[in-house]
Amino acid sequence: MTDTTNDTGVTTPPAAKGPIARFLQATELDTRLLGMIGALALIWVGFHMYGALVNGFGAFLTPRNLWNLSVQTSSIGIMACGMVLVIVTRHIDLSVGSLLGFCAIVMGVTQVWFLPQIVGLEHWSIWIIAVIVGLITGTIIGAFHGYLIAYMQIPAFIVTLGGLLVWRGAAFLVARGETISPVDSTFRLLGGTPEGAVGATGSWIIGMIGAAVVIALVFAGRSQRKKHGFAQRPMWADGFLAAIGAGAVIGAVLLVNAYPWPRGVVRRYAEAEGITIPEGGLFISHGFAIPVLILLAVAIVMTLVMSRTRFGRYVYAIGGNPEAAALAGINTKWMTVKIFALMGFLTGLSASVASARLGSATNALGTLDELYVIAAAVIGGTSLAGGVGTIYGAILGAFVMQSLQTGMVLIGFDAAIQQVVVGSVLVLAVYLDNLYRRASK
Amino acid sequence: MTIDRTGTPLVDMRDICISFGGVHAVDHVSVDLYPGEVVGLLGHNGAGKSTLIKILSGAYGMDSGEIYVNGEKATITNPRDARSYNIETIYQTLALADNLDAASNLFLGRELVSSVGFVDDDAMEAETRKIMARLNPNFKKFKDPVSALSGGQRQSVAIARAVYFNARILIMDEPTAALGPHETQMVSELIQQLKAEGIGIFLISHDIHDVMELCDRASVMKNGKLVGTVDVADVTDDDLLGMIILGKQPGEAA
Repeated sequence: MTDTTNDTGVTTPPAAKGPIARFLQATELDTRLLGMIGALALIWVGFHMYGALVNGFGAFLTPRNLWNLSVQTSSIGIMACGMVLVIVTRHIDLSVGSLLGFCAIVMGVTQVWFLPQIVGLEHWSIWIIAVIVGLITGTIIGAFHGYLIAYMQIPAFIVTLGGLLVWRGAAFLVARGETISPVDSTFRLLGGTPEGAVGATGSWIIGMIGAAVVIALVFAGRSQRKKHGFAQRPMWADGFLAAIGAGAVIGAVLLVNAYPWPRGVVRRYAEAEGITIPEGGLFISHGFAIPVLILLAVAIVMTLVMSRTRFGRYVYAIGGNPEAAALAGINTKWMTVKIFALMGFLTGLSASVASARLGSATNALGTLDELYVIAAAVIGGTSLAGGVGTIYGAILGAFVMQSLQTGMVLIGFDAAIQQVVVGSVLVLAVYLDNLYRRASK
Repeated sequence: MTIDRTGTPLVDMRDICISFGGVHAVDHVSVDLYPGEVVGLLGHNGAGKSTLIKILSGAYGMDSGEIYVNGEKATITNPRDARSYNIETIYQTLALADNLDAASNLFLGRELVSSVGFVDDDAMEAETRKIMARLNPNFKKFKDPVSALSGGQRQSVAIARAVYFNARILIMDEPTAALGPHETQMVSELIQQLKAEGIGIFLISHDIHDVMELCDRASVMKNGKLVGTVDVADVTDDDLLGMIILGKQPGEAA
């Protein structure tokens, strides 16, 4: 025994430990999280260097690409947050891609076929009603899947495999196979066009609030530990965490503000507003895209739900030992219904983002998304054996998947190679995760 | 010590029946339990003792029969109901969620929440430290998932869960099956202590030695039926064995 454990359960480091080990211990940073961020950084730098060396132009680490990457990740990322709960409780949902298509079609029909006849074209309420209809559709269908799984005791794999076919077909039937467009112009903002971003000032406001919250959380943690007499992290470690967290937020703001609107969009905007464009062009920042903010809000709420509510605690308990959870008085069947309803809700939300981004609702929207969503959750460390998984991991997993795809497009790999690489990375990621888990036991 | 059995029993299970797919797992069984008493439930594997006790703890719903708690008819259809009657159970499998830490397991289903409705992990850990200091002062692994604990440590988490919530009626299903001699001793002492506090305990066991040492009465089951209930002081090991194996009353010819 080189470590001694004191009364408060915190291991005190002997002097022999290296600086890195001491640092990790003091900050209590999750090494798995660091590993994932490291892998993501490696992918980013790798693609950038490859582009710079082979093609003579490193296109990856540019504000433009990273901004687009964030927008492209949103739809999968939102659904991955729900998939974590499904997989943690030892289920699976293969229907999310088809359900996304169905919700998008229902929203499209609502806002293009029905509402304009009632309230008039481009009425302010159209996008709100359309989104609500999409969310309700997703939630009800998700709850229905959950009901079949929990109360009819049909395996989730079968129920959602059926759903994969049913909802794709249903979407076709509802729209008679037509592509529904154009969607409402306010609705389109949800997809993250240049106008669908909050601009430089808005991004700074969000960034400042974010940085303040990070710092406040670190110090609230200190006072909480003090109240219960638990051991404190060293002051420098808390200071470091606060600085890194706030710094990352500010860095993200600088990044999204460094990406200007394309010239064509600026020209249209200037004409509409009656501004003359000065010599050298007008620099209008994108700022955070609205779908990215939606993903961020979902991530924060879901993280709170998973770590701070009874619901989240029961999700993990059911995943760890379903029988024990039931014996502890948890209504595991009703929990299953709620979890799948939540998955459906997030799929509806994701459908809003995806169809807004496309500017129309098509029958094929979301095809194969279920596999990307499951892969994102699994790459992010969600265990198919149940009981283990985090929201931030799933979102990082979604970023890893999207980065690989975007990166390969940028350096000119064709679609076949992309599929080979993404598939291999999925398998490799799970293998590495197994190694990590075994080593940390 | 003699148990006063003149008052109302803490628990009175009358004429309980349950069957699974035509098999009478528990067939017209009646048992009772008085304050401060330990009643052993004995029998082979499959005799129906765990099933009987799972009816009391709310895990199974009975087909027919009645349960009285403190003389009043009780309706127990799920584990929450049982807990509301202060019936706590320590299962043979311990029923712990391996991926959660000790505090989360101890409070599972009954989490402490802050004023805004969030689970208060720090308060639960502080409470867990208090109860563990009493039950198992060597317990230190408060931050680890219970999968990282030894058998005895896991057992103490399961026991702490039952004791913390002021059980009046405690069900222990093979509490010492997975334990070493030292930890078995700890459980015995705990049973004596709880008994002195007036808690009634149903102790399911295979081990006749345990039953002879810890129990006041023993109810023996065989093939889902109750063979009989005897005062442990009046019988020998061999009498109990005869009841378990042959299903005959003490003194009856083989």
